[in-house]
Amino acid sequence: MSSATLKGPATPVAGPAPKPRPPTKRSGAVGRQTAAAWILTLPFAVLFLAFTAGPVLGSLGMSFTDLKQRDLRTPFAVNGVGFDNYVKALSDETFRKAAFNTAYFVVIGVPLTLIMALAAAVLLDKGVKKFQSLFRVGYYLPVVTSIVAVAVIWRFVLAPDSGLLNTVLGWVGIDGPNWLASKTWAMPSLIMMAVWRNFGSAMIIFLAGLQGILHTVEEAGQLDGASAWQRFRYLIVPLLRPTILFTSVTTGIGYLQFFEEPFVMTQGGPLNSTISVSMYTYQQFGFGNYSLAASMSYILFVVIAVMTFIQFRLLREK
Amino acid sequence: MRRWWIYLIAVVGLIAVAAPFLWMLLGSFKTDGELLRVPPTWLPEAPTSGNYSELFGKANFPRYFLNSTLVALVVTAGNLTFCSMLGYALAKLNFKGKNPLFILVLGTLMVPGMVTFVPLFVLVTNAGLANSYPGLILPFLVSPFGVFLMRQFFAGLPDDLMDAARVDGTSELGIFGRIMLPLTRPALATLGILTFLGSWNNFLWPLVIAQTEDKYTLPVALALYSTGQNAQHYGLLMAGAVVVVVPVLVIFLAFQRHVTKGIAITGLK
Repeated sequence: MSSATLKGPATPVAGPAPKPRPPTKRSGAVGRQTAAAWILTLPFAVLFLAFTAGPVLGSLGMSFTDLKQRDLRTPFAVNGVGFDNYVKALSDETFRKAAFNTAYFVVIGVPLTLIMALAAAVLLDKGVKKFQSLFRVGYYLPVVTSIVAVAVIWRFVLAPDSGLLNTVLGWVGIDGPNWLASKTWAMPSLIMMAVWRNFGSAMIIFLAGLQGILHTVEEAGQLDGASAWQRFRYLIVPLLRPTILFTSVTTGIGYLQFFEEPFVMTQGGPLNSTISVSMYTYQQFGFGNYSLAASMSYILFVVIAVMTFIQFRLLREK
Repeated sequence: MRRWWIYLIAVVGLIAVAAPFLWMLLGSFKTDGELLRVPPTWLPEAPTSGNYSELFGKANFPRYFLNSTLVALVVTAGNLTFCSMLGYALAKLNFKGKNPLFILVLGTLMVPGMVTFVPLFVLVTNAGLANSYPGLILPFLVSPFGVFLMRQFFAGLPDDLMDAARVDGTSELGIFGRIMLPLTRPALATLGILTFLGSWNNFLWPLVIAQTEDKYTLPVALALYSTGQNAQHYGLLMAGAVVVVVPVLVIFLAFQRHVTKGIAITGLK
């Protein structure tokens, strides 16, 4: 992520890159700084190499081998198989189904989440002056809640007969489906749950963005006779562009990794109708197909990188 | 009240968001029979604390609670220490390889968790750390996100402070530890809370690494309860969910200013 994403109007602390320091006169000063930098960097570097950067490369290497569960004790004594795992993954029907589901989740889920987040942010920024922090905290609560607890709650919300959702739908005469057991409704259920759980984090960023927009801009629009919707559409949205870019990229990255909701709610079912790429990768890991799982995770990584690049291209100021 | 309908929308939204939580809390005081009733009840008819006494009596939850707390505290301490150290070096010190290092750290922010998952599992298992506290903790002691947050914050502090301290003969590490670090308290608070919450809610890694009950964290225990032989014991599950969520809510409510500010600063979850 480049620092360009931080140019949003409301980054009170995120300053520009530090200016190059003027050269210090004493000859030992630079050496002392270098020594200090080494001491400060080393612990992080060791842990980072061992547990983040190393595994990232390890995964890449692994994806070109035939490593399986039984080889776990001798992970280096395996054979290279070229792109076999990638071919296998891409020609696997379930993997394609998982890719389709992930795309479904992203294409529907990201815009819904952002619209909800923006609506909530505008509501709080413009309309609700009293108790604003109460609403802000309330809307943000699901973000900080464990997915496992969320799953326990939502299993009851989505339950066919005694469920909260179908009870509410019943008040207006709608006979709700058996959400999670239906091939058609399982994905929408998970999307609903994900939007409920995640819109708060984008909302906070939008709120910060809105507070960075000068109110004089809006007042000028008001004087020119623009309606509330026109002011929103032609003044606020364009000014929020960097913030929208940021939230769509981060939400998109998160949603492409769609995993927790199917993992705790459906295990990918019914009949693979909610299986995602991450979920399927994890299943292959569970079966001991380590190298195949690694190649799948790398396919996902490439897709995320490409999508992020495209979003940057599309949403950058024209 | 002016523009009452805006408040109406806001309140309806709040109810929609909060209703599932409220239902969980109320449900934890109901019996299994009442939880299954159609149509469902809101208030427990005969409130019982039976679910909680069972949870803490039979179900070993105090142990899981301690595990979660221990792991989250150590992970948080590690992140605060190591991320602030590197964040300072990247923002305020000149050294060779600084920019490639920063790009490498930022680059990994985009890598999906699944990519590191398998090799990390192979590594930790081969190092004999499966089912151990180090195995639960070590992979999370540092985070690219933490470095990013701390670097941004340090970059906003004036260099003059450092120069003044250098003139006074303070060592480079002294400048970091005694002058600059205390000024980043808001950023440390943000990082600390976000890291604690993240670790407390972390699920997948502890699920595969903790193999015996004495190493379970709360989410792992709750997940296994909700799929195992207790799957039909709804009251117990609700009470378990409350025990997982309430500490987080208390911490979040106490420090929510820092959390929301930190999110707004960095734009990251």
